[in-house]
Amino acid sequence: MPCFPPNGRPRPLDIDMSFVFHYPTMDSALTKDGSEKPSIRSDDIPVFDIRPTSGWRLLDVRELWSYRELVYFLTWRDIKVRYKQTALGVIWVLLQPVAMMALFTIVFRRVSGVSPDGIPYSIFTLTALLPWQLFSRAITDSTTSLVTDQKLITRVYFPRIIVPISTVLAAIVDFLIASILLLAIVVYYGIPLHAQIIWTPVFFVLMIVAALGTGFWLSALNVEYRDVSHTIPFLNQFWFFLTPIVYSSSIVPDRWRFLYSLNPMTGVVEGFRWSILGTAHRPDNVILPSVAVAIVLLISGTVWFRRRERTFVDIIGSGSA
Amino acid sequence: MPETAIHVEGLGKRYRIGQYEKYRALRDTLTDAMYAPARMLSALMSGKRNGSGRGANYFWALSDVSMDIREGEVVGLIGRNGAGKSTLLKILSRLTEPTQGRARIRGRVGSLLEVGTGFHPELTGRENIYLSGAILGMRKREIDRNFDAIVDFAEMGKFVDTPVKFYSSGMYVRLAFAVAAHLEPEVLLIDEVLAVGDAGFQKKCLGKMDDIAGTGRTIIFVSHNMAAVQNLCTSAYLLSDGRVAASGNTNEIVSQYLKEVSSVEQKPLSERTDRHGSGKIRFEKFRVLSEGQEGFAVFGNDTRLLISYTASAPLRNVHISMGIYTPFGQAAAYLSNELVGKFFEEAPREGVFECRIDKLPLIPGTYSVNVFCTVNGVIADYVKDAARFTVQDGDFYGSGKLPPKDYGAVAVRHDFDLLTGV
Repeated sequence: MPCFPPNGRPRPLDIDMSFVFHYPTMDSALTKDGSEKPSIRSDDIPVFDIRPTSGWRLLDVRELWSYRELVYFLTWRDIKVRYKQTALGVIWVLLQPVAMMALFTIVFRRVSGVSPDGIPYSIFTLTALLPWQLFSRAITDSTTSLVTDQKLITRVYFPRIIVPISTVLAAIVDFLIASILLLAIVVYYGIPLHAQIIWTPVFFVLMIVAALGTGFWLSALNVEYRDVSHTIPFLNQFWFFLTPIVYSSSIVPDRWRFLYSLNPMTGVVEGFRWSILGTAHRPDNVILPSVAVAIVLLISGTVWFRRRERTFVDIIGSGSA
Repeated sequence: MPETAIHVEGLGKRYRIGQYEKYRALRDTLTDAMYAPARMLSALMSGKRNGSGRGANYFWALSDVSMDIREGEVVGLIGRNGAGKSTLLKILSRLTEPTQGRARIRGRVGSLLEVGTGFHPELTGRENIYLSGAILGMRKREIDRNFDAIVDFAEMGKFVDTPVKFYSSGMYVRLAFAVAAHLEPEVLLIDEVLAVGDAGFQKKCLGKMDDIAGTGRTIIFVSHNMAAVQNLCTSAYLLSDGRVAASGNTNEIVSQYLKEVSSVEQKPLSERTDRHGSGKIRFEKFRVLSEGQEGFAVFGNDTRLLISYTASAPLRNVHISMGIYTPFGQAAAYLSNELVGKFFEEAPREGVFECRIDKLPLIPGTYSVNVFCTVNGVIADYVKDAARFTVQDGDFYGSGKLPPKDYGAVAVRHDFDLLTGV
């Protein structure tokens, strides 16, 4: 229904008249703008079938690929918006890990008493902090992502899984920037590069798999149970200390070792340390369980997300639409 | 013969009551689980199977809807609030899945369920054009190609690199609509987005829609504005309680809808809760008096519109206005104390505003009234569709004649002479 303009000011007469004539008729002289008339391309018109679906589904990779530009724009938005109105801007990406590294070096160097393989404790920590920060940021942001973007998902169709994916991608961009810092410090301390550095991409992928899998689970759960977002702060804390960041996993007693390595971030962190810092031998005993768990997380997270996404709009509500 | 663009067959959507707005807390699920055994037991006892879906906990927002829309058709979808229009659009735009039935759509679907989808206040106009465009389903090169047209259409000029949080609300809406209007999908779903912006911009939006319709695009247009539906649509569907009540020629469907609407009893004004404003004043009653008769007006009679109000305290600087709308949703007249230069600088806690209209020039029919009041410049009470009244046939022109139907809502007093030998 046409309505009064929603402002409370006593209005001058000219505005009043405009609201009286809310809807001009089509046959009155209409201003046509000069833009080119869009025309329908008759070639390859897609056909969409809409019907009730049920059961478990995996990812529709082809559809996801056709939405790659949207993934790009959402990631770009997340990055762009994060550092708006900050004086330091993207420097924060470097400042955060450095500050934490300094803090942990001061607090834990004595306590943990480790400086394994003669590597300075600060680098030992920083190598773990970068993947951890990616993971932590990814799960924090993706948990609330669907709810934050509810205006989008209740108005426009796109594969919903894009939303948590783009938050993880935004975290990856931060990670890549921060890795330049790590590289600089490694060079500064004169730590020799080993051949095993070619394994780094493998652990990079493992890290992303773990972050996506966890992100899918938490974001889908948070749509239904907002409790999830309240658990994130201490989930982060727990997980931080369950991951060998400020200490080495070698201090974990052998009988707990397997259970301990079920944390996918254990494998990620130890893997990064091994490949970048060139520690003695590959800690396969912690990496392999982590890899297995990360893959299980990703597949189960995807399937769960895909199952629950049908009801997201119904649960979140449609606002005014 | 154009091909079928949208084919809908037996579409139904079931909601669990309460599923709409509420999200579940873990607590709810736990309580549910606790009571589940008891529920199952009672279901067994009463012999009903739980979760059959037709029980009391469910309602069907849409059931057994079928339609066929050919390419290039502009179809109006009308019906009362809650008739299922928005649910149908949501299913067609794949926001939510149907519970039963199927639909087949040929072509990309663009939906204008709300303008400004995906806008971020911190980003500039330029950035938002790309972001919002991508979200609405445009390719980057499409946006590149249309960028200048969008900026032109939105009349934003040099503000294109200003964050949209600094935009006036009018500018924001213009930009948002401009992006949406340059979508190039084969099928466009529109849900009353035209009720935005000022009159000039709306004219432009309707013009744009006319353009879009002219290019052979299929459009489904949901609106409560019957004039807009009649102007734009080639055919219409009337939804009622989630079913297709009628379909066909726009004019016939619209008049059927109007019959349905006018048969509904209206709540008295004093019981209405869908109000806006500070509540400093509260409209209680609307009355129509026509030369001693009450309850209706007569075309051409001196008429008084009375609005009773109550207030919690004496008021200062009160402005009251009324918008009178035809059954087609078109504004017919605007009445306000300001217009006629009467100012109510003080008003007691209770009173009646009286608006006198000499020789009522409204064409016979049913009219709806919005009442709106500000106290000290702040909206105090505002009720849309606050009351309806009918104008009965009368002798406005003093000639015993009535003007033909469909020639405007307001009669103009005039005279004719034949001038010869000039």
